[in-house]
Amino acid sequence: MPREIMEYDVIIVGAGPAGLSTAIKLKQLDSNLNICILEKGAEVGSHILSGNVFETKALDELLPDWKKDGAPVKVKVNKERFLFLGKNKSLSWPTWLLPSVQKNHKNYIISLANLCRWLAEKAEKLGVEIFPGFPASEIIYAKDGSVKGVATLDMGLDKDGNKKEGYEQGMELHAKVTVFAEGCRGHLGKELIKKYNLDKGKDPQQYGIGFKEIWEVSDNQHEEGLVMHTVGWPLDNSTYGGSFIYHAENKQIYIGYVIGLDYKNPYLSPFDEFQRFKTHKKIKKMLEGSKRVAYGARALIEGGFQSLPKMYMPGALLVGCDAGTLNMPKIKGSHTAMKSGIIAAETIVENIKNKIDLSIYEVKFKKSWVYKELYEARNVKPSFSWGKMLGILFTGLDQIIFRGKLPFTLKHKHADHETLKSLDQIKKIEYPKPDGKISFDKTSSVYLTGTNHRENQPVHLQLKDSNLPISYTLEKYDEPAQRYCPVGVYEVQRDKNNLNPNFVINSQNCIHCKACDIKEPSQNITWVTPEGGGGPKYGNM
Amino acid sequence: MKILVAVKRVIDYNVQIRIKEDGSGINTDNVKMSTNPPDDNAIEEAVKLKESGKAKEIVAVTIGEEKAQETVRKALAVGADRGIHIKSENYIEPLGIAKILKKIVEKEKPDLVFLGKQAIDDDCNQTGQMLAALLGWPQGTFASKIEHKNKVIEVTREVDEGLETIEINLPAIITCDLRLNEPRFASLPNIMKAKKKPIEQLNVKDLSVDISNRIQQIKVEEPPKRKAGIKVASVSELVSKLKNEAKVI
Repeated sequence: MPREIMEYDVIIVGAGPAGLSTAIKLKQLDSNLNICILEKGAEVGSHILSGNVFETKALDELLPDWKKDGAPVKVKVNKERFLFLGKNKSLSWPTWLLPSVQKNHKNYIISLANLCRWLAEKAEKLGVEIFPGFPASEIIYAKDGSVKGVATLDMGLDKDGNKKEGYEQGMELHAKVTVFAEGCRGHLGKELIKKYNLDKGKDPQQYGIGFKEIWEVSDNQHEEGLVMHTVGWPLDNSTYGGSFIYHAENKQIYIGYVIGLDYKNPYLSPFDEFQRFKTHKKIKKMLEGSKRVAYGARALIEGGFQSLPKMYMPGALLVGCDAGTLNMPKIKGSHTAMKSGIIAAETIVENIKNKIDLSIYEVKFKKSWVYKELYEARNVKPSFSWGKMLGILFTGLDQIIFRGKLPFTLKHKHADHETLKSLDQIKKIEYPKPDGKISFDKTSSVYLTGTNHRENQPVHLQLKDSNLPISYTLEKYDEPAQRYCPVGVYEVQRDKNNLNPNFVINSQNCIHCKACDIKEPSQNITWVTPEGGGGPKYGNM
Repeated sequence: MKILVAVKRVIDYNVQIRIKEDGSGINTDNVKMSTNPPDDNAIEEAVKLKESGKAKEIVAVTIGEEKAQETVRKALAVGADRGIHIKSENYIEPLGIAKILKKIVEKEKPDLVFLGKQAIDDDCNQTGQMLAALLGWPQGTFASKIEHKNKVIEVTREVDEGLETIEINLPAIITCDLRLNEPRFASLPNIMKAKKKPIEQLNVKDLSVDISNRIQQIKVEEPPKRKAGIKVASVSELVSKLKNEAKVI
């Protein structure tokens, strides 16, 4: 049976900061446009996870009255600390010596999920139709090769793809312009980048995996408005990463860890590094005796300027982290994502009204402050491929003295799936057992994410070669999927005699972080959308 | 035949419940809310009766804060014809809810009222029964199968001993078990159509019903953490532990 078709002026895939900003700006420019946003989460915000110290620049442009309108942007940063951690020591770095991009005194500590919920209300009031629980699973192309729209996933298929009771066929949504705002490593964005060669001549994209927990702490552990970052322990000198600790409202601490997915040791477990980090005496005292109330993880896009693909193609645009607009040294991507959405909206209105080609998106983007930001930030991340100390030294020089204006651009040399060394070249890492108070295991962590996928549906983590995990990846890398997955989706199970390994995918636990799609050394795992509403149910992440 | 279906907005069943620090209740800030799962079964059964030509109209009703409207909207998206939202900002006990529903029943004059067997937030399992008592109507509770036969309805009930089948006269109250059916998905076009279906809004104050609560909630606490289990080597060790340590046999 052919699918039902619905026509819109603009379809936006993903109700994150970029997609919602696109929608709001479109309606502000032309209230007659028919706009629809598809969101895979059960509600807006339920798949949003971010630090987040928020720079209001783009929000000021989009909704200048945000303060009066009650935006959940309330806790201004009032104190900053930057620590170098050793195993038992710590060195506090004076904040006046930080590059200006890392100064946060004008910024706010927010929950990005809550901001998105607020933006969604604004968008709906302007007449945007938002459909949570409906993932765009497929791109529809026109005969001329341009993007015509997207299709939503069929609901109610069993694990073999047969129709169950209550089966509901997906539908096609056609639009004049489709905007892809899926966030980092969007699975449709990935397809578009490949199909239209959008990354031609660009450096390989770089990613990180970010963890976040929310703790409810006692008064004496809480300093509302404090922003703290650390580098160093427990990571070794060659692994890129660091922590964030934000003291938010309601006596909550947002604590998290980001590790570059270009790490080399297949035994490295990003999750366990984060758990171990919290046991450092400087950190532990902020959490001791208090309660962890939320956990989550999400890949983030770090390639920046050198890896930014072309963001337009016939009939469609990429915005935000689906393209890769995050500013790594600033550790911020929300304001740049929002701005890219604003520019996309301006482009679309000119395209629909005056038939101006979508390529002006790039012209406008290059004239904007986002481009300048990304340009000045471009050399920081690649310099860390020389090791942490040289990276920090170079960054100081590049960002404080030259302010990003050095006359050369360092390259990202490898994609993240190419960086693992084989077992014979590395040392095994032993992690301490979690204590259940400060550090935890994956099982109790995934429980806090509220993650669920309906049982008996097609597996949404697809293997190109189902034998490869055991026949190759296990032997060469001890199947690192067991460790890079933040919720233990991937397991290698053996029989009683510790023989006959078997690769198991617990896809119902997947929190949609996309780390596997990025890091799998043979690119053997493909993340596709599961049935609508599946995945985590984050609150104020 | 006209069917009234009562639906309630509750914390989504996947969300881990968090208790407010001062013990005054459950934290619902930024928490994903959904339709109470057995209420989905109630709606589904009503829609099935309509599809088979036995019911003409389905009215979905909810009582709660402004956002409870979403629950009615969802019922409309899967097949209810119109909705009623009775606005109330405060928690109302099952007796109060039953009294309000009685008012709605008197106004709407349905032949059948479907409710979920209980709500997953307070687990009271009282509203349907109280409503039946207030109306003096027969009730079929914990329904896992129903069959409509002209003026009567046959209800298979999930009871402790197994299944019990009863026949009750219409009009009647039926509370639905999760096994009753498989609720359908709301399709995109139907969600869009549902946005245009009417929802009548009433204020609980205007119904002149005594909804004062009878129970005073003193404190909400988490249950004590379960201790880790141990492995025993033999049956005799198990028996001895049950006898001497646990003292249960």
